[in-house]
Amino acid sequence: MSSKTGEVILEIEGLKKYYDQKAVLDGINLSIKRGEVAVVIGPSGCGKTTLLKCVNGLEAHQEGSIRVDGKEVGSDDFSWIAARQKIGMVFQSYDLFPHMTVIDNILLGPVQVQRRDRAEVTLQADALLERVGLADRRGDYPRQLSGGQKQRIAIVRALCMNPDIMLFDEVTASLDPEMVREVLDVMLGLARQGMTMLIVTHEMEFAKAVADRIIFMDGGVIAEESDAKTFFKSPATERARRFLNTFYFE
Amino acid sequence: MPNSGFNVLLSVNNLRRLALGLCGTLEIAMISVVISVVLGVFYGLLMTKKNRFIYVLCRVYLDAFRIVPILVWLFLLFFGSAIVFHTDLDGVTVSVIIFSMWGTAEMGDIVRGTVSSIPTHQWQSAQALGLTQWQVHRFVIIPQALRRIAPSAINLITRMVKTTSLVVFVGVTEILRVGKQIIEFNMMKNPMASFWIYGFIFFVYFLICYPISKFSKKLEKKWSY
Ligand SMILES: Nc1ncnc2c1ncn2[C@@H]1O[C@H](COP(=O)(O)OP(=O)(O)O)[C@@H](O)[C@H]1O
Ligand SMILES: [Mg+2]
Repeated sequence: MSSKTGEVILEIEGLKKYYDQKAVLDGINLSIKRGEVAVVIGPSGCGKTTLLKCVNGLEAHQEGSIRVDGKEVGSDDFSWIAARQKIGMVFQSYDLFPHMTVIDNILLGPVQVQRRDRAEVTLQADALLERVGLADRRGDYPRQLSGGQKQRIAIVRALCMNPDIMLFDEVTASLDPEMVREVLDVMLGLARQGMTMLIVTHEMEFAKAVADRIIFMDGGVIAEESDAKTFFKSPATERARRFLNTFYFE
Repeated sequence: MPNSGFNVLLSVNNLRRLALGLCGTLEIAMISVVISVVLGVFYGLLMTKKNRFIYVLCRVYLDAFRIVPILVWLFLLFFGSAIVFHTDLDGVTVSVIIFSMWGTAEMGDIVRGTVSSIPTHQWQSAQALGLTQWQVHRFVIIPQALRRIAPSAINLITRMVKTTSLVVFVGVTEILRVGKQIIEFNMMKNPMASFWIYGFIFFVYFLICYPISKFSKKLEKKWSY
């Protein structure tokens, strides 16, 4: 990973997305370099989830282009199915498959989609489970796990595809407060190891700690973009200032 | 019990006729159930497509079978085919057609309800892993749908088995009618016969339907998560 740090891995140009005439994404330009951690923040309904879903094609966009590793996604020689194997995504809702054990949840993609050897993937899965502290849960069903454990498994499931970039959409938003930390710690660990990440979160302290860059969205556009230190200390726009103020009591 | 009428069951001939009638009923029920389950899956999946026109059409078809009693449908097809098409459909054919049409509608509704009860984020997280449309169905949607569908599908099957007793009215040689013949034949000699015959028929239906519904309860427990 680190050997190629610096090259652009995800490039979004002029991205527009409409829901019945209404532009939910109104011309997004964004590029993420390998090894970079970009955190997207912004008020509810500004289009953060939609942006992430457009990046891996769960929502179709109407204008603009999305390039992964230099290739335009959705074109004839680079299908969404192929792109999704390079883009890991973890959602806000617990999205493990309830009828499968932890290990089967993790193996599904690598074995069925990537056609990798089951034994080889199992080794990798066990190592990843070990890393997030859930090695003893490999045979459990999702119903036997807490919310925080489920999200950590969901992260492992995405990682096991060996993605080039990981997308996180408010993965701690539906967790009980005491479980937020364990999930954020896993993400911090990934960032330290050089994983490329695009993270949507409302956890401002976490954003400060993890982000190389903050992307502030409002009303379907990127209203401000700067490094984390600058953004939190002296946001350039009035909109960002007002948004940040909602997080503090004075 | 010298004069209780119980002895009508002891006659080998009567028992044989009852058994034959029962087989006729079961045959109609089984054929209809198989057709209904197969067609119902397609019908149900069709209803989950987000096409307003198809949905309304399917809905009208389903309600037609819910509102109009099965008996009326049987009469309509049995006598209607004779009057309108001048073809004499036999009772078994009429029964299989009507029961299959009804079963397909009900099964379809069960399939529709089950598939749409699976949360959209299950679809999305499966797609996000790069699974194709077919793989999402095969590994994520169908296994979950099957577990949820089993109890109501088995309930429908027992209802279909029970309702086949209705086909007596279109002249199929089946258990209730044979029972009735025996009762009428014995009426003069033995007024209590009807009690035993109907009791026996009830008992046989219970024997068929009870294990099926027990089995369904067990599946429900085993597959709940
Ligand atoms: N399926 C949909 N149909 C219509 N409008 C939608 C749909 N999904 C989201 N929207 C709208 O798009 C806007 C952006 O939503 P979203 O991306 O979920 O915002 P965020 O994640 O930033 O809270 C919102 O105004 C929302 O109401
Ligand atoms: Mg959102």
